Amino acid sequence: MTRDLSSTRRGFLQSGAAGVALASMPAPSWAQTELPPLEEYSPEFLSAAEWAFVLAATARLIPSDGEGPGAIEARVPVFIDRQLAGEYGQAVDWYMEGPHYPAAGGDFGYQTPLTPAEIYRDAIARFDDWCVETEGASFVDLAPDRQDAALEALEAEATRRGEGTAAAGVSGTGEGGGEGGGEGEAAGGGGAQTEATGPSRPRFLPDESCEFFIHLLQNTKEGYFADPRYGGNHGMAAWVYIGFPGARANFLEWVEQDNVPYPLGPVSIAGERA
Amino acid sequence: MARTDPRKDVVIVGLGWTGSIMGMELCEEGLEVLALERGPDRDTVPDFQYPQVADELRYGIRFEFMQRPRNTTLTVRHTTDDVALPFRRWGSFLPGDGVGGAGIHWNGVHWRPLVEELRLRSYVEETFGADIIPEDMQLQDWGVTYEEMEPYFERFEQVAGISGQAGNLNGEIQEGGNPFEGPRANPFPLPPLPTTLSNEMFADAARSMGYHPFVRAGGNASKAYTNPYGMQLGPCNFCGFCERYGCLNYSKSSPQTCVLDALKRRPNFQYRTNAEVMRVELAEDGQTATGVTWFDEEAQEEVFQPADIVILAAYQLHNVHLMLLSGIGQPYDPATGEGVTGRNYSYQMMGGTSMHFEDINFNPFVGAGANGVAIDDFAISQIDFAAEGFIGGSYIGNGQTNGQPIRSMSLPSGSASWGAEWKRDIARWYGHSMGVSSHGSNMSYRDTYLDLDPTYTDRHGRPLLRMTFDWKPNEIAMTQFMRRQIEPIVEAMNPTHWSSAYKEEGARYDTTSYQTTHNVGGAVMGNDPATSAVNRYLQSWDVHNVFVMGAGAFPQNLQYNPTGMVGGLTYWSAEAIRRDYLQNPGPLV
Ligand SMILES: Cc1cc2nc3c(=O)[nH]c(=O)nc-3n(C[C@H](O)[C@H](O)[C@H](O)COP(=O)(O)OP(=O)(O)OC[C@H]3O[C@@H](n4cnc5c(N)ncnc54)[C@H](O)[C@@H]3O)c2cc1C
Ligand code: SF4
Repeated sequence: MTRDLSSTRRGFLQSGAAGVALASMPAPSWAQTELPPLEEYSPEFLSAAEWAFVLAATARLIPSDGEGPGAIEARVPVFIDRQLAGEYGQAVDWYMEGPHYPAAGGDFGYQTPLTPAEIYRDAIARFDDWCVETEGASFVDLAPDRQDAALEALEAEATRRGEGTAAAGVSGTGEGGGEGGGEGEAAGGGGAQTEATGPSRPRFLPDESCEFFIHLLQNTKEGYFADPRYGGNHGMAAWVYIGFPGARANFLEWVEQDNVPYPLGPVSIAGERA
Repeated sequence: MARTDPRKDVVIVGLGWTGSIMGMELCEEGLEVLALERGPDRDTVPDFQYPQVADELRYGIRFEFMQRPRNTTLTVRHTTDDVALPFRRWGSFLPGDGVGGAGIHWNGVHWRPLVEELRLRSYVEETFGADIIPEDMQLQDWGVTYEEMEPYFERFEQVAGISGQAGNLNGEIQEGGNPFEGPRANPFPLPPLPTTLSNEMFADAARSMGYHPFVRAGGNASKAYTNPYGMQLGPCNFCGFCERYGCLNYSKSSPQTCVLDALKRRPNFQYRTNAEVMRVELAEDGQTATGVTWFDEEAQEEVFQPADIVILAAYQLHNVHLMLLSGIGQPYDPATGEGVTGRNYSYQMMGGTSMHFEDINFNPFVGAGANGVAIDDFAISQIDFAAEGFIGGSYIGNGQTNGQPIRSMSLPSGSASWGAEWKRDIARWYGHSMGVSSHGSNMSYRDTYLDLDPTYTDRHGRPLLRMTFDWKPNEIAMTQFMRRQIEPIVEAMNPTHWSSAYKEEGARYDTTSYQTTHNVGGAVMGNDPATSAVNRYLQSWDVHNVFVMGAGAFPQNLQYNPTGMVGGLTYWSAEAIRRDYLQNPGPLV
C-alpha cells in the first residue's frame, strides 16, 4: 500500500486546513467562435412549430433565471435538432424489428416501433392539441406556470408503461442510483428518479410515444452537458457552472489533494478554453 | 456457400480478452492461427486518442464502442411464462464489439475468486449441510480448485499488469491487502493505485468499525511496466474517462495494451475484422467441428473457414448463442432440467448507498476505472449462511471513477429532476457526493437460462438468443444483509444526506439501468457432463475440438468482477491444449 489508510487526511480535512486560495486565476478566455442567435438557426429536422415548442419546453426544463446558463443560453435546442436529424434520431444503431409491444413494462426499455425523431414528431403535435383543449392555448403561448403544469402532465404520461404489472416502478435504482455510474462505483449516479405522480393520469399520447418526456428531458440534459461540438453547452457554460473541467482528462497529481477545488476551467475537444 | 478459405490449425471466434490471449498462447506452438472478429479494427491510435475519446456523449451515452443492437441483440423475459422482448438498445449490460472487445472499455477492477467459491456446493454442504440449499438453486462446483488455478491467475495478472497489494502471500496475511483472499505465490506486478479522499473516508469509517479495508486491485497501471509479452504500460493519470472508453494513455490493461501488438508480430497469426461468425460447422458424426462459417462484410457472402481447433472467444452471451445455433451440446430445458447448453445463466447482485456532503468537494472527475477501497469482511467465506438464511456474499467499497455530468450527476433523493430547483441543485451537489456499494454473488436457478428466441431474428435471419432471468429471494436476502452492514458505515461518515438503493422483496430485473456486464453461465464447466457443457479444461464434452472461453463457464456468479477468473481460465485451458490436446486430440477428460 502506498500510504497508511488510517491516515491523517480526514483529520486534516476536519481541522479545516483544506482549501487553498485559488482566486487569482486568469479570466476566462473565449476562443469559441460567435454563433448566430438562436432565432436565426434553421433547424435540420424540427419544423417551425416543433422548433418553437422545443425552445419553450427546454426553457422550462432548465430555466434561464438564477445562476448558471439555462437551456436557451446553452443552445440546447440546437443540440436536440441535430441529434434528431442524425443517427440517434433515426435509431440507426438500434434493433427496430417487430413485433413491437410498446406498452410492455418499463423494465423492458425501448419497445416502441417509432424512432426518437418520430416520437418527437408524434408527441409534440398531440401534446400541443391537448394544451389547446385543456388550457385554451398552444404550449408556447402558455404562462410559465401553466407550461410547468402541462409538462408535469406530460411527465405523468411517461410513467404509465406496464401499469398493472408488477414490473412497474419496483426498481428505483435508475442509471447509477446508489449503485454508482458504473461498475467501478462512481460517486453515485442520477439520484433523482422520475416517479409516478398523482393517481389520475391524462392520456393524450399513445403507447408508442408516451415516453416522449423521458427522451426530451434526457436529451435536454445531454445538450446541456455534452461537449460543445454537438451544438449545445455553448461556451462550456454548463461545465463552468458546475465545475466540470471538460476534456482535460489528466489528474494524477490531484488524486491526493483533499477537498481542494480544482483550479482550472474546462477545455473542449476542439481545444477551446472557458 | 460462396467461398471456402484455406485451412487453418486454429480459428478463434472474437478478438477480445480471451481471443487475444488464446491467439498468443497457441501461436507459441507454431500453429497457424486465424482470429475472426465481427466488429471493426481498433487501436489506441487513432481510436482512443486524446482529446477525441474524452467525449461523454459519443462513448458514455451513445455507446460508440459497443455492439450495435441493429446487427445483433438478444431478447429477455422474467419467467418462462412471459414473452421475451428484444434489447432494442442497451441498458443493463454493454457487450463489446470490435478488436479488443469489452476489454477496451471495461474498468479493470480485478479480483481472484475465493478458494471456497470454486467449490461452492461442496463448501456449503460440508459447512452447513445440503438442506440449506433452496430446491431450485443449481449450486455447483467448478471442477477446478483455487490451488490448481493459482499459477494461471498469476499469469493473467502479469500480462495485464495488475496494480494491487497482496493480502495473503503463501498463507501469510499481508498488511494492507485483502486478508480474506486465497493465498498467492507472488505479489502483484505493480503496487496499488493512489487513493482519493472518498476512498480514505470510507476506509477510515470501515476501520473504525473493525473491518479490514484495502486498496482494491485493478488493471490501471500504477507505474511504468513491461509485461511478459514485452508490451509496455504507462502510469494511469486518473483521466476520469475509463469505463465505456478506450484508454488514451496506454495505462488500462486491455488486449491492445497487453497483447495485440505482440500477437500481430507473429507470422503465424492473422486476423480479419468485420467477419461475423454465423455458426460452427460439425462433422457428420457430430463429434468434431470442421470449422466455422462467417459472413464477409466486404464481399457480402458467407465463407467457410476449415480448421482443426475452434476457440469460441466471442463473450459469454455470444459463445452460448453460437453453441445453440450450431448444435453443440444438448440445449437446456427448464421443464425437465435436462440439457446443458444455456443452463445456469446468472448475473450480479449490486446495491449501494449514496451520500452527499455539503462541505466536501471530491473533484469527482479525478477518477480511474479501478480506483477504490474495499472490504471483504462480508465475503462468501465469512458469512454463516445457515444463520443468515441465504447463500452468497459481497465485497463492499467506494470507488471514484468519473465525474461525467450527463450520467454521474448525483442529487440527494427526492430532488427535483428538472426546472429551477434542479438547476440550483446541480451546482450545489455536483462534486459533493460519494457512494458505498456492494458487489455480490448471484446463484443459478432451474429457470434462469439461455435458449433461442422463437420470434425475433437477426439481420442474417438467425434466431436471437433469449435470456430468462429474474432476481430470487436468496439474492434479495443477501443484498438486504449488505444494506444492514453498509448503512452503519455510512452513518459513521456523517453525510449531510444519504439514501440507499438495494433490491427489495418483489424486485424484478430491470433491463434498462446499467448494472454490470458480468453475464455468466450458459456454457458451464464441471466434472459432470449432465450438468456442464464443457469439461474442466473448457472443452466441449460433445465436440472435442471446440473450446469455449469466458464467463459462460461460471456455474454461478462469483461475488467479484469476473475477468480475473476469465483470464486465469483462458491460460488454464491454453495450457491443456498445448500440453495434452495437440499431442493427442480427443476428449481431455
Ligand atoms: C462497461 C464494462 C465494464 C466492465 N468492467 C469490468 C471490471 O471492472 N472488471 C472485470 O473483471 N470485468 C469487467 N467487465 C467485463 C470484461 O470486459 C469481460 O469480462 C471481458 O472483456 C470478457 O472477455 P471475452 O474475451 O470473453 O469477451 P470480449 O472481451 O467482449 O471479446 C469478445 C469479442 O468477440 C467478438 N464477437 C462476438 N460475437 C462474434 C461472432 N459471432 N463472430 C466474430 N466475433 C464475435 C466481439 O465483437 C468481441 O470483440 C466490464 C465490461 C463492460 C462492458
Ligand atoms: S483512468 Fe487511467 S487507465 Fe482508465 S482510461 Fe484513464 S488513464 Fe487509462
